[in-house]
Amino acid sequence: MRLRQWIVVALLFGFLHAATAEENVITLSSTTSTQASGFFDYYLPLVKKATGVEVRVIAVGSGQALKLGEQGDADVLLVHDKAGELAFVEAGYGEDRREVMYNDFIVVGPGKDPAGIKGQQDVVQALKAIAKAKAAFASRADDSGTHRTELRLWALAEVDARAASGTWYKELGTGMGETLNTTVGLEGYTLSDRATWLTFGNRGSLRVLVEGDPRLFNQYSLILVSRKKHPNVKAEAARRFVDYMTSGEGQAAIAAFKVGGESPFKPNYRGGE
Amino acid sequence: MSEFSTALSLAFDLLRHADPVLVDIVLRSLRVSLLALAMAGVLGFALAALITVTRFPGRTALIIGINAAMALPPVVVGLAVYLLLSRAGPLGGWGLLFSPTAMVIAQVVLVTPLICGLARQTLEDAWREYAELFASLDLGTLRALSTLLVETRHSLLTTLLAGFGRAISEVGAVLIVGGNIAHVTRVMTTTIAMETSRGNLALALALGLILIFIALLVNAGVFFTRELAARQGA
Repeated sequence: MRLRQWIVVALLFGFLHAATAEENVITLSSTTSTQASGFFDYYLPLVKKATGVEVRVIAVGSGQALKLGEQGDADVLLVHDKAGELAFVEAGYGEDRREVMYNDFIVVGPGKDPAGIKGQQDVVQALKAIAKAKAAFASRADDSGTHRTELRLWALAEVDARAASGTWYKELGTGMGETLNTTVGLEGYTLSDRATWLTFGNRGSLRVLVEGDPRLFNQYSLILVSRKKHPNVKAEAARRFVDYMTSGEGQAAIAAFKVGGESPFKPNYRGGE
Repeated sequence: MSEFSTALSLAFDLLRHADPVLVDIVLRSLRVSLLALAMAGVLGFALAALITVTRFPGRTALIIGINAAMALPPVVVGLAVYLLLSRAGPLGGWGLLFSPTAMVIAQVVLVTPLICGLARQTLEDAWREYAELFASLDLGTLRALSTLLVETRHSLLTTLLAGFGRAISEVGAVLIVGGNIAHVTRVMTTTIAMETSRGNLALALALGLILIFIALLVNAGVFFTRELAARQGA
């Protein structure tokens, strides 16, 4: 073989070798909201500095994030769907679930507000008004934590929104950002997490119309993927990451993350609950 | 329209300052897609040559199958490769999921049928044209085939460029098997999808322009190298 060919082969193997995982590199399966807000760009270097653990993030909806954990393709999860999380731990896929931070959901809609919900304190009443006006509503429809919350709110409003799918109720099956882009185009309403909204660059005529209802509370939790089901899980490094995020220092760093003067996430780890 | 002018000046600024994050992403895109193209090229040309010079039962079915596979949806290929490489899948022990290698594998699956299908047509047409000549010169199959490859090299190069285009522009497969991890598996197309989801439409469009610009550079490079070679050969 000629020299040049040897170099190509050497580069190829170097490239493949670089892809193999190390003990201090863990995979975190998390939600689109945490990535879209830029939180990880800020937080993960701090984790690396304090613990030596390099965290690689796969940002998907909470439903898919839990699925990745079930398959053993992630070492730790940061998600927001309590019912799904408890079922995940119950089934033996995860352990040591810790509620680590929260923010809230908001209802955003067009400035001209055809359903007249601006300033409504009660999110359930607001959804009823949207359904009554048959105003365009974009649903994530992707089995994410936000989507599951939205479905719970429709159930509380006693509106069978999915029966209207394809008319005023649009099931998109996309992430939060894509859904907001579509909502701008539709001049419609949607339910968003606050973190994605704060950093979203294409708001068009959309405004925050409903916020502050306690039912819009949005809790994020950490779950370690169980080594019992998947022996490849890097439990030790994952635990160091989780311990940091729930430590005083790690919690303070969450609070210190600001977008446009606001904190997209607020720490609330209580310990041993 | 302002998005377009903003995007254009953004793209220009990013290129002028050789933005380090951008350079990292562009190099990764090129590395993944060129590596996939090299493997798909070897596999595709070999298979195309084999089909051209041999006759076997099921040959027609294989040709139709390969041509149909040119329409493989990237997202389905991504899903299939994900299921294979997942820890819970048959090749999970390799630990390749969410790595550049996984992205290369998915792109090889996508690009090989395209290269094979186009190259087979080229080689077969030329084979028919030269068959008598080869017979009169009493060339062996291998000699005849290498002559064919040399004679059709321009068409085959265009085939490779089509393969490169499919690989570098594809997002459905690399997003699923790569995971868009910053500094590890984030490439041009997954960045564009991510910035779109952040509502940074001008930035997403600017990255799109840069992707097109890179494709332009590659194609221009190939075109002029070929011209130069043709002139020297004359």
